Amino acid sequence: MGQSLSIRQLEAWYGTNQTLKGINMEIAANQVTAIIGPSGCGKSTFVRCINRMHETLPGSKVKGEIILNGESIYGQDPVSLRKTVGMVFQKPNPFPSMTIFENVVAGVKLNGMRNKQNLQAIAEKSLRMAALWDEVKDRLNYSGMSLSGGQQQRLCIARALAVEPSVLLMDEPASALDPIATMRIEELVGQLKSEYTIVIVTHNMQQAARIADTTAFFLNGELVEHGPTSEIFTNPRDKRTEDYITGRFG
Amino acid sequence: MINVRRNFVNKLMLGIFAAATFLALVPLFALLGYVIKNGITSLNLDFFIKLPAVMGMTGGGMANAIEGTLILIAIASIIGIPIGILVAIYLTEYDRYSWLSTTVRFTTDVLTGIPSIIIGIVVSMAIVSKTKHFSAFAGGVALAVIMIPLVIRSTEEMLKLVPHAIREAGYALGISQRRIILNIVLPTAAKGIITGAMLAVARVSGETAPLLFTALGNQYWTHSLFKDPIASLPVQIYTYATSPYDEWHRQAWAGSLVLIAIILCLNLIARFAFRSRSN
Repeated sequence: MGQSLSIRQLEAWYGTNQTLKGINMEIAANQVTAIIGPSGCGKSTFVRCINRMHETLPGSKVKGEIILNGESIYGQDPVSLRKTVGMVFQKPNPFPSMTIFENVVAGVKLNGMRNKQNLQAIAEKSLRMAALWDEVKDRLNYSGMSLSGGQQQRLCIARALAVEPSVLLMDEPASALDPIATMRIEELVGQLKSEYTIVIVTHNMQQAARIADTTAFFLNGELVEHGPTSEIFTNPRDKRTEDYITGRFG
Repeated sequence: MINVRRNFVNKLMLGIFAAATFLALVPLFALLGYVIKNGITSLNLDFFIKLPAVMGMTGGGMANAIEGTLILIAIASIIGIPIGILVAIYLTEYDRYSWLSTTVRFTTDVLTGIPSIIIGIVVSMAIVSKTKHFSAFAGGVALAVIMIPLVIRSTEEMLKLVPHAIREAGYALGISQRRIILNIVLPTAAKGIITGAMLAVARVSGETAPLLFTALGNQYWTHSLFKDPIASLPVQIYTYATSPYDEWHRQAWAGSLVLIAIILCLNLIARFAFRSRSN
């Protein structure tokens, strides 16, 4: 099941450059939340804070609080937090030295699961959830790099699902893909929200309008507006949101 | 008009590149051909199974030097390759930007350029003087010291080629850094790391100078890796080639051929062994 997130006064820096300024936001469980905004507005940094990936970069700094299911994520070990908060990146990044099967089970296997039957079951379940099973079931021992870009991205989604997170972060997961592969990913996001809380960064406003329950608009490191997607796109409260979604800048 | 000129320049440049390639290959093939031509006539079974003949006698072989070279390469690899790879992992995965790694990197570059005879003298002072024995161990350490900076730099380059996105993917799955390095980063870079290590092995296999004061050389079999001097092909070639005897000159050529063949075989084995693993 998905879990809810509540973000309080979140600030983040790269060196001396502040990329997030006092973000307060509630993310509901089992919903798709889209993060939109122009390049450099802090939307990627924001999702990377939720699984504490931001801190892995040299010179980065975070302040504030993120509560996941009633518990502060900063009180947890980042490595185990990332099993609860999965992530899919902009560019498909399967592990080049591994087969399709090994890629899917990498997360559970490298965390200690050795039982072959369990791994097999997890691989099939995750690949089915990522709508990739039928395409790869006969070639699980091929390299993950042998797949097309869209398939690689669904492989990465399957890999993230295999560790059974409750929150799934997606950082522009379809921006490197063609329209048909994008459509498949979007369908998939719609199916996954019954099991997961999904936060998806996108620079494509139509995509946000198609798949998100709520949408948040970021600008210059600030959260300008967050509300039901239909409201953000038809009746924004803030002038800047309106300017952005009507294409006046960005 | 412009087309004619462009085509002409294109052909001219292509010709220059081809000529340069050819020029670079001439010494290589001339060298190989010369060694094969001179070495092959002196090669026989005795060469591989017999000890060197007593001075003035004909026949004999370099069995002890062949064995000695293999032992020295093994000792140097066992010490040098793991240390080199571990240092490279530290420099790329754990501590890329601190003053310590910058210093280590700089020192490594300096070490790569130090003449190998100096490394021989230093290891000789450190080990031979202390243990009072020329030994295979001392020779192996000297070769390892030459290998370490080569392995560090080549491994480091290969690890840097592994995209950061691959490591991030591992982190995002809640995998520990140790497992990411062992099971994701190293396998991705394995081919390049092995190639780099093999180049380092090939480089030290022919080293002569550092062995002169450490392994010394030996006309007989060696019984202790720590107490006896040990023969090696490069030193044996050096001794025989600078002697006044025609018979020894022929043996030196044969030794050169065998040395080149050993290096070639090591390279082929490493590549083949890795290829069969990755499929």
